[in-house]
Amino acid sequence: MELFTPELIKSILVMLGATLGFLLPSAAVVVYAERRVAAFIQNRVGPNRVGPFGLLQPFADVLKLIMKEDVTPTQGNRMLHTLAPLVPVVTALMTVAVIPFGDGLVVANLNVGVLYLLAVASLSVYGVTMAGWASNSKYSLLGGLRSAAQMVSYELPMGMAVASVALLASSLSVVDVVNAQAMWWFIFLNPIGAVIFIVASFAEANRTPFDLVEAEQELVGGFHTEYSSMKFGMFFLAEYMHVVIASMLISTFFFGGYHLPFAPLWLPELSPFLKGVLDIHVFLAKTVFWIFVFIWVRWTIPRFKFDQLMRLGWSRLLPLSIVNFMVIAIVLYLIG
Amino acid sequence: MSNDSISDKLQPKFQKEHQLAYYKALEDKHTTIDLEHDPLGTRMILNMGPQHPATHGVLRVLTELNGEKIVKNKLDIGYLHRGVEKIAENKTYQEFMPYTDRMDYLSPYSNNVALCTAVEKIAGIEVPERAQYIRMVGAELARISSHLLWLGTMVMDAGAISFFIWTFRERERIYDIFDDFAGHRFTVSHSRIGGVASDLTPEALEKIRVFIAQFPDEIRDWKKLLNRNRIFIDRNKDVGTITYEEAIALGMSGANIRATGIAYDIRKVEPYLKYAEMDFEVPTRLEGDNLARYFVRMEEMSESVKIIEQCLARMQKGPIRVDNAKKSYPSKDEVYYSMEGLIHDFMMTDTGVCPPAGVECYHAVEAPKGELGYYIQSDGTGHPWRLKVKSPSFSNLQGLETILDGQMLADTVVVIGGIDPVMGEADK
Repeated sequence: MELFTPELIKSILVMLGATLGFLLPSAAVVVYAERRVAAFIQNRVGPNRVGPFGLLQPFADVLKLIMKEDVTPTQGNRMLHTLAPLVPVVTALMTVAVIPFGDGLVVANLNVGVLYLLAVASLSVYGVTMAGWASNSKYSLLGGLRSAAQMVSYELPMGMAVASVALLASSLSVVDVVNAQAMWWFIFLNPIGAVIFIVASFAEANRTPFDLVEAEQELVGGFHTEYSSMKFGMFFLAEYMHVVIASMLISTFFFGGYHLPFAPLWLPELSPFLKGVLDIHVFLAKTVFWIFVFIWVRWTIPRFKFDQLMRLGWSRLLPLSIVNFMVIAIVLYLIG
Repeated sequence: MSNDSISDKLQPKFQKEHQLAYYKALEDKHTTIDLEHDPLGTRMILNMGPQHPATHGVLRVLTELNGEKIVKNKLDIGYLHRGVEKIAENKTYQEFMPYTDRMDYLSPYSNNVALCTAVEKIAGIEVPERAQYIRMVGAELARISSHLLWLGTMVMDAGAISFFIWTFRERERIYDIFDDFAGHRFTVSHSRIGGVASDLTPEALEKIRVFIAQFPDEIRDWKKLLNRNRIFIDRNKDVGTITYEEAIALGMSGANIRATGIAYDIRKVEPYLKYAEMDFEVPTRLEGDNLARYFVRMEEMSESVKIIEQCLARMQKGPIRVDNAKKSYPSKDEVYYSMEGLIHDFMMTDTGVCPPAGVECYHAVEAPKGELGYYIQSDGTGHPWRLKVKSPSFSNLQGLETILDGQMLADTVVVIGGIDPVMGEADK
């Protein structure tokens, strides 16, 4: 029986480690971080009652959500209403499969990893749209429609930005993309692509200034107006997981993944174990930085209007990303 | 599809008669929008409010949407109607004064002053100078406090939530001042007919001095954050535009009309208290859009600080209430230690100030929201025969329907925030 090859066992271990040990708790940690950072920005104290420094606050939140009554609107579609919250969570978890946490620490080194990422990331919009439709509420419907339009519009510039990265790495494998950045991070080689990718990531994660989908002020709760209990909890969880994923992707594609800046110049040869530990910490530090930026932006900047969002996506970002792609392709061709 | 009414589709399950009667009443108020011929069914009717996070209380906006665009909208106000004008007819003038706090509850001091000055005008009462300055300080602090709430909620409606907390921290300091100043934080009821209730305490005076010294820095910080913020400008520029003709025709006032280019400020046009002696500007803008309202109100806060500074500099020691027991409450010292004082206090509470019979007057002040006027008809007793409140929020809301037609759905909340209505005052 060659089913359980060492390779497979290692990838299963990495997968379990990544999802159970990192991604699921990360949502809780990010919830806590968001509330603390928001409090810091707003001159408040923030949660400090449950556990030391309020660290158990997310668990108290989840406990509260579980104990809430689960309501489905009578005129809504019960099946879709129940299925919808699962979609964003599942897609968020699936994304991690191809992200390398360190040298060789990756669940699956797909040769089309970049395409896989784009494909899976765009699936989560189905959850939001389904939720908006299945609730049979006008506010939810508007939220769902906004989300569909937004995702489609920002998918394109994001795809072009990622394509320019693939050009530079001359590979569609995420591991190759990271390894190509050992010396020069792509933020230096492809700054415009980086900006486009970061903006599009904010839009994909439905965070301020692109959080029109759940614009509290006009749409009450947007697509999750009619959700309660753990169904709402799933959306909540998924939102924070998407923030984590987006931060990971930004670090992976443009900030060298698990590489320290200009590492080949000064980093001595390390034992594989030590190197692995260092890699994971470097990667996590970069991710945490971007998570902080996500939170920081959310609590400082107002929100776009729907037409402004569309204009930015279609008439600014898309042409810019295409031009950027062409320029990089031509330069690479000339250099040979 | 035409003239779709709610009651046609209604299938009440419990309390049938009550529900049918309720929807009938709604339709009688013409709050339903009749869908015009719409063969493709692209229009959607969205009901915002009266319970909605961004309608600032219980405002109800019915909108007919085409996608995200508002084709037509209808406003329904009156959910907070408490009949204060009727209550006034059964109260003495002084007894009615605390009710005015609950009208525009974001600037109670201005309302107190508005009522008291109107009663003083009809009863011919001359208020001591120090009381007038104290009233002005209170009214200007109330203006700052009201504008701070407008700023926080308007920017929050645009999506920047932290701003609300920052402006609330400053409001909290104003509340602390009022706590020392008037004995209450929120509904102060400090002004009295013929003067004010109590003198400024040294602590309150010190707090006000500290506040006006530090507040301009806060305004500068906020301007730094918003004035060049691209998203904020995009959300507000050319949004909710109204021309000055429309604004005048609809009777709008306050910052809303000053944003269309008309320098109509009662403090300048028809000065009351000591505003004629004050050196301050009336900020105006020409655009008439939401951004113009933002700039006007930001400048007004700075002007208010200037007015408070001048008041503190000019204030002389002296009485704070008119010394005439027929016109105003005697001081507590007299009430507790002299027979006449006690009788006068009793008579003031029982009968109150009695303006001459058959006299009527209208007196308006510049409240933070706009022109706040009291029209009083007297029949010679201590109760008004008729008291009518011209509330700025009510007049300003008249413009909202005109403004909202053709805007995006996301603009509604920003525009409502920019008009700055308080439903307690609009519904009375």
